[in-house]
Amino acid sequence: MSETLRQTWYMTQRQLMAMVRQPAYLLITLIQPVIWLFLFGALFRKVVELPGFGGSYLDYLVPGVVAMSALSTAMWAGMGTLEEIERGTLNRFLTTPVSRSALMNANVVQQGLSTAVQSLVIVLLGKAGGATYPGGVGGLAILVIASVLLGTLIGAGSNALGMLVRQRESIIGINSFLLLPLTFLSSAFMKPGLMPSWMRHIADFNPLNWALVAGRSAMSADPDWGVVLGRGGALLLAAVVAVWLSTRTFRSYQRSV
Amino acid sequence: MSTAPPAVEASALTKTYPGKVTALDGLSLTVRPGTVFGLLGPNGAGKSTTVKILTTLARPDSGSATVAGHDVLRHPDRVRRAIGVVAQRSGADPVATGRENLLLQGRLYGLRGARLTARVQELLDRFALADAAARPVKTYSGGMQRRLDVALGLVHRPEVLFLDEPTTGLDPEARTAMWEEIGRLAGDEGLTIVLTTHYLEEADRLAERIAIVDRGRVVTTGTPDGLKAELRGDTVQVELYEAPGEVDARLLATALGEFAGIREVTLDGRRLSARADDGGVAVPAVLAVLQREGARAASVTVARPSLDDVYLRHAGRRFADADSVPALAGGAR
Repeated sequence: MSETLRQTWYMTQRQLMAMVRQPAYLLITLIQPVIWLFLFGALFRKVVELPGFGGSYLDYLVPGVVAMSALSTAMWAGMGTLEEIERGTLNRFLTTPVSRSALMNANVVQQGLSTAVQSLVIVLLGKAGGATYPGGVGGLAILVIASVLLGTLIGAGSNALGMLVRQRESIIGINSFLLLPLTFLSSAFMKPGLMPSWMRHIADFNPLNWALVAGRSAMSADPDWGVVLGRGGALLLAAVVAVWLSTRTFRSYQRSV
Repeated sequence: MSTAPPAVEASALTKTYPGKVTALDGLSLTVRPGTVFGLLGPNGAGKSTTVKILTTLARPDSGSATVAGHDVLRHPDRVRRAIGVVAQRSGADPVATGRENLLLQGRLYGLRGARLTARVQELLDRFALADAAARPVKTYSGGMQRRLDVALGLVHRPEVLFLDEPTTGLDPEARTAMWEEIGRLAGDEGLTIVLTTHYLEEADRLAERIAIVDRGRVVTTGTPDGLKAELRGDTVQVELYEAPGEVDARLLATALGEFAGIREVTLDGRRLSARADDGGVAVPAVLAVLQREGARAASVTVARPSLDDVYLRHAGRRFADADSVPALAGGAR
């Protein structure tokens, strides 16, 4: 077991190193949320004047951008996997004694760590821009955990897709098709009470919205822990299922080699 | 020597990929320990699939194989510890440095600490990569990348090293350097090398024993010289101005076959080949027959037998022709 853990760490380290060595990529994943935060923040500032909204829009927006960024970063995980397959890196590892679960776990851990860092950066930038977090550190921690679970779910799905379709175009197509609907069919930018009711119903099935509802509630002055646990639990379950599925896909990839 | 257990033994391997692409059709082979064994065949013949099965990447549909005494299906983990693999595609991490790639590879085999760093340095020196060790692999030339790939396959001192098309895509200079390197590896104590190649010259030069693979089966096996010696005499090759029709071709072959000392006449498009006890005597006779039958010769060559002739004899077609057939779907897998 300790050998598997150690190997998981080696493989994670390799992936993190690769990320850090591509400063352009790193910069974009950090700058993009900033743009969203201040673009949407400025564009929709007056939304709070709608009856039933209230408060500061930036306060409302921070979890929205955290979840949207987790989604939009994790979506591309399959691209990396595809590249590793094409380059022959995955096959190289598969002919060594490295544990198969270490290979899969490294993807999950790396995805989780980068989502956590990205979420923290957004939270801090929000703070710098004047956002207040009445739920304190505990609430923020839950927001970050929820976004990490969302990133895990989406990242595992994207990895499975990459191994199945083995085509960049398909991943690009599916991602650009899904990003905006998943984001806007949620309470990321608009209070649920002000959304058309059909949208609200769809949002109930949107994992991105689960992360938002759990995070927002935990961040409020008076968290509803039932809601936090309910949505958080659903997200955890979905993430576990997605990782399990991507492991199954991995096995089917091995059969097709 | 011959009583030592084989380093690699494959028996009746079959594999069909989705889409009914038959990659292997009952392939068997035996590799003696401490030798360089060449799997020679055109693209899509099944060499890479064989290597994938022997290196535990793919599972055969039927058949069995052992590598270094371990069954590839029952004990893939033991096989993985005993083998080094240099695949067709590099697989080195392009943003990591050469040294980092080697360190990680060593760690995956459980090497640690001073032993690992010493081993990595030894390989960097041996493969002339020490100066580039701290540079990301994406800045390496094709030849350097290939040398790093071989070093990666050797980190844990494997018993059996698989080299899958080690010189494909290299420029002639880097190819020669790689051949020298493989030649030195072959001298390493006890190392068995399984080499796949579609370059006749490469197999001829490096391998002690060769298996010629065609359409998923081994069509013949032996030493390069032995295989060539089986073909007694010279090869006479005639390039015709135009390919004769089917009937004419048969007439030609029959007419030529009637001469004593001319054997194995084959006509493949415009190219006519035959074996002759003495090429010098055969040429005038062949030309006379051609003239009588109204087939004009564009060029005539007489050559000592080559592996290409061995391939022609056993696979029934010229190597280059088999190779230029577009690879079947997924043939390069």
